[in-house]
Amino acid sequence: MKKSIPGTIMSYILLLVGSVIFIIPLIWMISTALKPIEQTMSMPPTWLPYRAFAPIDGAQVAVKEGELIEGPSYVIYDPSINKELIVAQSRIEDGALMIPGSDDTSNKIKIIETVDASEVAPWIKVIPESVAKDETPEYKSNWYVVPKAQMSRKFAPRWSNFSNAIKYMKFFPMYLKNTLILCFLTVVGTVFSSAIAAYGFSRIDWRGRDKVFLVALATMMVPFPVVMVPIYCLFRWLGWIGTLRPLWVGSFFAGAFNVFLLRQFFRSLPKDLSDAARIDGCNEWRIFWQIILPLTRPALMVVGLFQFMGTWNDFLGPLIYLTDQKDFTLALGLQFFQSQHGGTEWHYLMAASTLVGMPIIILYFFTQRSFIEGISMTGLKG
Amino acid sequence: MTRREWHDLGVGLAFISPWVIGFLFFCLYPVGASIYYSFCDYDVLQSPVWIGALNYSDMFQDPVFWKALWNTLYFAAVSLPLGLVVALMIAVLLNQEVKGRSLYRTIFFLPSLVPVVASAMIWLWILNGKFGLLNYALSYVGIKGPNWLTDQYWTKPSIILMAVWGVGGAVVIYLAALQDVPRSLYESADIDGASSWTKLRHITIPLISPVIYFNLIMGIIGSLQVFAQPFIMFGGGGTNRSALFYAVYLYQNAFDYNQMGYACAMAWILFIIILALTWVATKSTRKHIFYAGD
Repeated sequence: MKKSIPGTIMSYILLLVGSVIFIIPLIWMISTALKPIEQTMSMPPTWLPYRAFAPIDGAQVAVKEGELIEGPSYVIYDPSINKELIVAQSRIEDGALMIPGSDDTSNKIKIIETVDASEVAPWIKVIPESVAKDETPEYKSNWYVVPKAQMSRKFAPRWSNFSNAIKYMKFFPMYLKNTLILCFLTVVGTVFSSAIAAYGFSRIDWRGRDKVFLVALATMMVPFPVVMVPIYCLFRWLGWIGTLRPLWVGSFFAGAFNVFLLRQFFRSLPKDLSDAARIDGCNEWRIFWQIILPLTRPALMVVGLFQFMGTWNDFLGPLIYLTDQKDFTLALGLQFFQSQHGGTEWHYLMAASTLVGMPIIILYFFTQRSFIEGISMTGLKG
Repeated sequence: MTRREWHDLGVGLAFISPWVIGFLFFCLYPVGASIYYSFCDYDVLQSPVWIGALNYSDMFQDPVFWKALWNTLYFAAVSLPLGLVVALMIAVLLNQEVKGRSLYRTIFFLPSLVPVVASAMIWLWILNGKFGLLNYALSYVGIKGPNWLTDQYWTKPSIILMAVWGVGGAVVIYLAALQDVPRSLYESADIDGASSWTKLRHITIPLISPVIYFNLIMGIIGSLQVFAQPFIMFGGGGTNRSALFYAVYLYQNAFDYNQMGYACAMAWILFIIILALTWVATKSTRKHIFYAGD
């Protein structure tokens, strides 16, 4: 397609803006996952996690940042620590100063002099890291107030968020194990059962085959909610609720969609291939196993990949069938973690989300070709 | 039938037997049982009791059912056309000879790979009313962003936003279809002096219309069953049940209130709605779909 120069520039701009918008949520997830908690809630937001340093007693000390302070500032004398301090944005009551963040009247402190802070404003409250080891710094003591301009920052991702998130999720190793077991079983089950059934639907001529295949296609129309309750009751009757079994047993019984996909591939292989083998005395199983399967490896790979992703990402299945936290999958475990710790510890939640999402993204980069082919195939052949 | 035919029938059935068993236990039986349960009072613990069409008549008088249905149709009616236009636009842009095309394609595709639970977490964080990135970005252009997750008018748009973000799968499908459009058509259009818009409107879109139709049908089926995102982000349905979607309410009836019969009746109504909308979509687009073979 020939394009005018303004049109080409326009395309680049749209692509650039669009891709930035699409990638930002993922970058934000990773960025948040590497921050200490106080940086997750800073406004304006910071993209790179950092360690802050402030001049305290003449040295640059690693600190945690507190709130930003604007407004009038005072130099005060604090008898309890025998030091002169600068505080800002405080109320004056009865000639004494109320330290911000404290309602305790014992914090009234004599004012030595007031200074005009407009040149150095804004100020920021900081607390040395050596003092505030806790995740949420205590607000009662040891705050220093320094001009924000004198602060320095050093890029420092907090990798420990990941290990902490794993610790907070309690059963993370179990979640991972369960997910991997399910992925393995469902991939094996789906690939083999679908391939076997697809072979029966494509490379053997038997009476009524295409009519039965139409029935198989029709089953794809049935939405999951319709069969959800009876299947649940069936597994309940078997006593399988609270085990992993309901989540993988079904995959050994060829789903219509995968059968359809593989059937397309099997049909594209020449018929002579089977006939020659039959003349040599091969039975159907050997033809399937030793001739056809090796030739359709790329298609099997696509089916396996999609099943792996489907199992890894599945939320509704585990939600319905699993009852004990130790049996949860990663997806359900992540949601459980959020329902318990959500709303505050965003750095851990994002670290956990990264841990759940990353393996799929890494898998994509290794299997890109199969992925793209598989998706285009589902669209075109449909 | 000859011996040979009997033999082939036997072997054929043996090969499809995994599917046959699956079909009987995970499709035929459940569909039958589901119809039966939908006419029963059934709480799993006791055996189902036949109550006729009571579940259905209850449903039509249940304001929460109507609310959930409305929310779901709202979501589908906005997210489907929006997703379609966005996906098509990205695909058309990517179909040109641009530098770094595979990088762009990867970027647009990545969000659709992220597990839905993880992407729900990401959006909970981005849409956070106080520290959320989106409201910060909006404040940059002078807009005071709403409380996306608690304001009843903004919960549905939140879910729509998420759905559009995950449009990458459709982009890849469109892109594959676009690459099959013969270049010669564009070349002759260029000779006739056609504008980019004309080429898009009269060559590209008609030629990939079967794929658009396919994505539309898949979109209808998928969006009416949307479950995980609203369930994770809004639990019981959010402020004033503004984000209570059909599948979520169905799940609640089945597993929170133990009203299995009612849940099955809801599922059948959902199936009928899906069939009806698919039929309407097929009817109204049939004339506009171009099949290369015809």
